[in-house]
Amino acid sequence: MRWLREHLVLILGMLVLLYTFVPIAVVVLMSFNDPATRNVYRFDGFTLDNWINMCGPETEGMCESLWLSVRIGLLATVVATAIGTLAAFALVRWDFPGRSSSNLLIFLPMAAPEIVLGSSLLALFVQAGFAGQLGFWTIFIAHVMFCLSFVVVTVRARLAGMNDTLEQAAQDLYATPAQTFWRVTFPLVLPGIFGAALLSFALSFDDFIITNLNSGSETTFPMYVWGQARVGVPMQVNVVGTLMLVVALVVVVVGEANNRRRAAALTK
Amino acid sequence: MTSTAGTVPVVDPGDPGAPGEPDALVDVAASGRRRGRTAYLLMAPAVLWLALFFVIPFYSLIAASLYDPSGSDEDGWRMAYAFGNYVDAWQDYWQPFVRSIAYGGIATVICLVLGYVLAYAIAFKTGRWKTLVLVLVIAPFFTSFLVRTLSWQLILADDGWVVDVLRFLQLLDDDGRLLATDVAVVTGLAYNFLPFMVLPLFASLDKIDHRLIEASSDLYSNPVVGFFKVTWPLSLPGVVSGTLLTFIPAAGDYINAQLLGNTNTRVVGSVIEAQFTDANQPYVAGALSMTLMVVIVGMVLVYVRRAGTEELL
Amino acid sequence: MSLRVEAGVEAADGTAYDGLRLRALTKRFASFTAVRGIDLDVPRGSFFALLGPSGCGKTTTLRMVAGLDAPTSGTIELAGKDITGAKPYRRPVNTVFQNYALFPHLDIFENVAFGLRRRKVDGVDKKVAEMLALVELDAQARKKPAQLSGGQQQRVALARALINEPEVLLLDEPLGALDLKLRRSMQIELKRIQMDVGLTFVHVTHDQEEAMTMADTVAVMNGGLIEQMGSPAELYENPRSTFVANFLGQSNLIEGRVTGRSADEVTVDMHGIGVSVPVGRAHTDGQQGWVGIRPEKVLIGDAGSKLDAPGNTIPGGVVSDVSFVGVSTQYLVRMPWGQELMVFAQNTGRDKIFRHGDPVELSWRPEYAFLLDHSQDVRAGAQEDG
Repeated sequence: MRWLREHLVLILGMLVLLYTFVPIAVVVLMSFNDPATRNVYRFDGFTLDNWINMCGPETEGMCESLWLSVRIGLLATVVATAIGTLAAFALVRWDFPGRSSSNLLIFLPMAAPEIVLGSSLLALFVQAGFAGQLGFWTIFIAHVMFCLSFVVVTVRARLAGMNDTLEQAAQDLYATPAQTFWRVTFPLVLPGIFGAALLSFALSFDDFIITNLNSGSETTFPMYVWGQARVGVPMQVNVVGTLMLVVALVVVVVGEANNRRRAAALTK
Repeated sequence: MTSTAGTVPVVDPGDPGAPGEPDALVDVAASGRRRGRTAYLLMAPAVLWLALFFVIPFYSLIAASLYDPSGSDEDGWRMAYAFGNYVDAWQDYWQPFVRSIAYGGIATVICLVLGYVLAYAIAFKTGRWKTLVLVLVIAPFFTSFLVRTLSWQLILADDGWVVDVLRFLQLLDDDGRLLATDVAVVTGLAYNFLPFMVLPLFASLDKIDHRLIEASSDLYSNPVVGFFKVTWPLSLPGVVSGTLLTFIPAAGDYINAQLLGNTNTRVVGSVIEAQFTDANQPYVAGALSMTLMVVIVGMVLVYVRRAGTEELL
Repeated sequence: MSLRVEAGVEAADGTAYDGLRLRALTKRFASFTAVRGIDLDVPRGSFFALLGPSGCGKTTTLRMVAGLDAPTSGTIELAGKDITGAKPYRRPVNTVFQNYALFPHLDIFENVAFGLRRRKVDGVDKKVAEMLALVELDAQARKKPAQLSGGQQQRVALARALINEPEVLLLDEPLGALDLKLRRSMQIELKRIQMDVGLTFVHVTHDQEEAMTMADTVAVMNGGLIEQMGSPAELYENPRSTFVANFLGQSNLIEGRVTGRSADEVTVDMHGIGVSVPVGRAHTDGQQGWVGIRPEKVLIGDAGSKLDAPGNTIPGGVVSDVSFVGVSTQYLVRMPWGQELMVFAQNTGRDKIFRHGDPVELSWRPEYAFLLDHSQDVRAGAQEDG
């Protein structure tokens, strides 16, 4: 009883954590499902078929949509990370008229509901006469727009936590401004930039509401799932969901193992 | 030791200003932001992008909301400053609108309760497993939002075990269901936006000095009183940003309402989407979008004032 | 970025000075002046300390020498070359930063090698190994800074600067973050290293004991100016201002009126008691002054007894406080004019220990007294209580 009382918060916390994994477990399970009919949501039998025939005939369009999402995700991530990092540097390291308004401008897109961002962007594209050209590039524009703020916030936090005495020390030790940046500043900010890029890709890859309004005839992976949801999604969608989880975990575990390995090597 | 009296007063334009403690090497440097045009060059791409694709679209949206309703995609739309669109849109769609806010609000409260327990446990009870548990909290949300939501369809399905258990416990009528109800929609929302609550809560709880909590258990013999006198007030910044980060997307979301609800759970997001695309009534979509934005910004401002903190992120 | 006013100061004797030379160096920030036109010569190979309370301008001076702050006016010359406007990475000066500023992403070896690599010096491995041996960190070469103790980090910071064999090594409160015991041992260590390598060290500190232990020459700074410069003993024994008298150790400062000046001494009337001060120790031309005497130079005895100090004798004191601190006994003695004087008596075992309320008389040898200008604040530079 006493034990229970002392660990009550931990137990409750772990129950919540467990709860967050319930739908994930279902997704993983269903990726091995051999359904009797397309519309019934029940585990009918075990099969590896969904994994082997991921891009088979019954999933027409899925792999194409996945490929589109990956391409847009990568491109939007590169662009958003690049220009967001530049802005973060300006906001932390420079003082200039308009600095606080810039901070506000960066913050606002994160405070606006996606449906508002999406519909206003669509209104612009239509009024500017691009209604017929909605597609890859309009999705790309939208994704960079909403990823940008998250990149700035992430990199800014990293930079603000960094002491610029280190840069002075580098200059004192004969490093030119360019060398100081590449040898000291950049390596120290890199984890922040890397984190921002990961976040960007995840946001872009997973976005539905903004994308749906601005995609024209293109179909990203979330849009594919949305379209299939009415008729019953193929089980292969769960394979993709499982794969995404695995990839994310691998990235995290490799990163963590890297840290541990380095720490272990150092303490020898 | 000469005095400065004869020298020309020259002020260095790159001067970092007068820091409070001029002798601390670090302080001078930390407070000294550089000045110069380089900053504008660095800011330019981001500001330009947001100006073009975030600020200007806002004007486009306002414009669309004031179109003459008699227009069409074929004949074109005419700006008529038709403020009546707002009244019409509200009269037709106030129900989905209120529903969105209510779903968002309830989901946020559930997230706060679940999220607080989880964040508290991670911050204070997991010890050296902290990082690992934190990763586990985020991990489920790396699977696609839509796939996760569809997974709830399955869990809450009429012949699923959740419904079976609830029926067995008489918490649900024998023909009662979960899927396609308000309950399912709120469950989905509360699940999908949980990390937006947990992460800021964790960040502010993790900053609390553990000795303060020990001191409070020393001063207030009742741990519950101690919690409300010490931990809760100190975690308030996290509570404020967590609730905002949860409520804003939850109120605008329509994926959960559509996949887990029914025609009676229609939310404003669906209406906006449909009015823009299928119904070809951009003025209705525009008016509803603007109203949603204004209501959310208004609620956020009032809330932030009440909570007494300007710290958002 | 900065506008510099040429002060037009030439090397006084025409030949190039081989040390560090500051002339009329001034740094003005938006709302205050940190350094007010100081002149300073630091001889090559010396261990030089800039001593002063926080806010006195010592760190700003150091930063200007390092090139991290641009002077508002004045010049900095190093071995005969004007480096006033040179970028930090173009001057043969290295700094040991207050909180070390070690690069957290590089290991100890790479931290130490940083300067050599930037200058593309040959034989980096050998030089770094030697330097790490000098500071006794060979075993830690592949660790990251965060894995070292404070004292070890301090030595890395030192090694990282020293390896470049700079004309001048600047140390900004290098021991400030260490605990007292470690600080004392590092002081000895630093002095040893300086003597080994023979480089010019300029050490900034607010700790007078640290400055006196290590430096050959100490410059005491206050309010952006140099109050006095000299060897530690010189500064301590013959302070020229109330600030120096109070900031370096403790002093009794007693108001007095100058009654006569001869070729070798100045006589002063101190609340009715005549005392004398050697001419070389009298630092005022005025009619009024502060007679100064260090507490340990004051002898204490029973009222009316004959003290072993042929010189200035002041009767009529009453012991108002006694603290026994082991090596000495510290008294406060209330004088007839109301002032309390400090007296530190060595516990040699020969002298009696007085008690609170005992009537006593004080005495000191005239050659230990000094006379300061009356216009100066008598409490300037005194340590705050606690």
